[in-house]
Amino acid sequence: MPSKLKGLLTGLALSASLFAQPALSADRELLNTSYDIARELFAAYNVHFSKYWEAKTGETLEVSQSHAGSSKQAQAIIQGLKADVATFNQVTDIDILHARGGLIPENWAERLPNNSSPYYSTMAFLVRKGNPKNIQNWDDLIKEDVALVMPNPKTSGNGRYTYLAALGYAQDRFGDDQTKIDSFLQDFLSHVKVFDSGGRGATTTFIEREIGDVLLTFESEVLNLADRYENGEYEVVTPKVSFLAEFPVTWIDEYVKQNKTEDLAKAYLEHLYSEDAQRLLAGFNYRVHNETVKQETSDRFPEVKLLPIDAIAGSWENATNEHFASGGKLDQLQRRR
Amino acid sequence: MNASQSSRHRRVGDSPVIKWLLIGIAVAVALALLIVPLLVIFVEALGAGWGTLADNLTDQYTLHAIGLTLFVAALTVPLNLVFGTALAWLVTRFRFPGRKLLITLIDIPFAVSPVVAGLLYLLLYGRNGWVGSWLADYDMQLMFSWPGIVMVTVFVTCPFVARELIPLMQQQGSEEEEAGVVLGASGWRIFRTITLPNIKWALIYGVVLTNARAVGEFGAVSVVSGNIRGQTNTLPLHVELLYQDYNIVGAFASASLLAGIAVFTLAVKGFVEWRQTRSLNRLQTEETAQ
Repeated sequence: MPSKLKGLLTGLALSASLFAQPALSADRELLNTSYDIARELFAAYNVHFSKYWEAKTGETLEVSQSHAGSSKQAQAIIQGLKADVATFNQVTDIDILHARGGLIPENWAERLPNNSSPYYSTMAFLVRKGNPKNIQNWDDLIKEDVALVMPNPKTSGNGRYTYLAALGYAQDRFGDDQTKIDSFLQDFLSHVKVFDSGGRGATTTFIEREIGDVLLTFESEVLNLADRYENGEYEVVTPKVSFLAEFPVTWIDEYVKQNKTEDLAKAYLEHLYSEDAQRLLAGFNYRVHNETVKQETSDRFPEVKLLPIDAIAGSWENATNEHFASGGKLDQLQRRR
Repeated sequence: MNASQSSRHRRVGDSPVIKWLLIGIAVAVALALLIVPLLVIFVEALGAGWGTLADNLTDQYTLHAIGLTLFVAALTVPLNLVFGTALAWLVTRFRFPGRKLLITLIDIPFAVSPVVAGLLYLLLYGRNGWVGSWLADYDMQLMFSWPGIVMVTVFVTCPFVARELIPLMQQQGSEEEEAGVVLGASGWRIFRTITLPNIKWALIYGVVLTNARAVGEFGAVSVVSGNIRGQTNTLPLHVELLYQDYNIVGAFASASLLAGIAVFTLAVKGFVEWRQTRSLNRLQTEETAQ
């Protein structure tokens, strides 16, 4: 019995060491925490960056990925998930790493170009084959018989972006006329047939359940969907005015110090701005900053007047308090329906 | 006697129409809620053929998820086996103040939602938690690595063995053990030669349930895992990840593995129950023969 027990324990210890450690074939390791639908994007970028890093320094690299909703990821990092870099889809979730965790400095956004957002996207429309309701811009969405599908602004960042994009359009068109802005937004919300809890849910409602005439979500998602279903079954409409959705990145100072990965983490994020990497990002239907790549992909990404959060609501904090908090503008406009 | 009884008060269920209607409803519900969804998993997993299924299952990250899940179960089951047996032994063979309270406390993991359990562990053992911040000073990290996953899994599954054993051991009573004590046997010997044979099948049943739950646990593990692919992603988390990636076939392939474990569990459970009844019957026959 004791020898059997010993055997069992040795076996367990062996398998423990197997699963406790990542494959230690590489010289260095990096952990990237990311939002839930960026798996393929970073799977491709990690290969690209590992090659670049090995050519530059001779060190082999193992980049691990963690994917979940970016608010959940931020919480995990604060509670001790020792990630070297965070690549999120919401600025507020990185701000929290400073405000609640004290893990990064307050000026994190100034450490890399373009507000530390190497790529960006905007909100766009997906319509059914032939665009039967002739949707071209935001004001077409409030025509009599148009039904919309979008994620719920209360529960999803994606939905908040869509709401802010509509608000931005109204401000751009009506200027200071608050009554007209409110009445447009109210009209817009009353055309939404289904508010799904998240972006993927809205996509399923539109495509699988065939509800609604227009799906409102990220341009990257809309382009992916149009690619996925050939024969022009769905068409992409990019409105003339929309919201600038940034995809912020940062290295996590506290943990890169502990993990001794500061140089690597910085290089990993800085390299996202290189021409090759920007081309790769554009391949995943994100808009990028590099001029050469921009010109190459101009037919895919038509000119849009992009409004940043500052122009629409002042700041994320304002937007949350004024529009999305309980009893805020969003609630008022929906109640008055 | 039957005839006279039914003529005196006819019950609703006696009419063949009602009987078949009820059976029909039961079968329809079972089909719609249990059997068809289970079949769909396998149909979807095989939707793109056996080759794709094999490809999906031998993917580097899927293999790691399978290994990690089995590893967590391999640690959880023995821990809870010992804990559950000791606990059941304690509350059924000894009287002490607070015994009833202890029996109630065993059920806490059943009463608490797994997500809440995960959060509790995170708040206690996380970087800012009471214990976690102290451990961090010694550079030890439990959450977002496999020890954390094992901890919450042990918590969520710890009532199963005890819950199976307690009613049985209460029913059996302690006469046989008392006889052992009178005859001068040591505690260990009493346990090995009297208690263990008596509770053998219930114990196995508890282990089967513990294992099934440990392998399938999602909520609590999701909170403390950190979702690192190839490091802390268990099979149920992996299913969700693949699904969100639109890799439906891959998600169903991994799900079919979990479903396979479930079906296997049911088979073992059926076998154990059959053995249990058989040994009981044999016992009764022997008693009558004597």
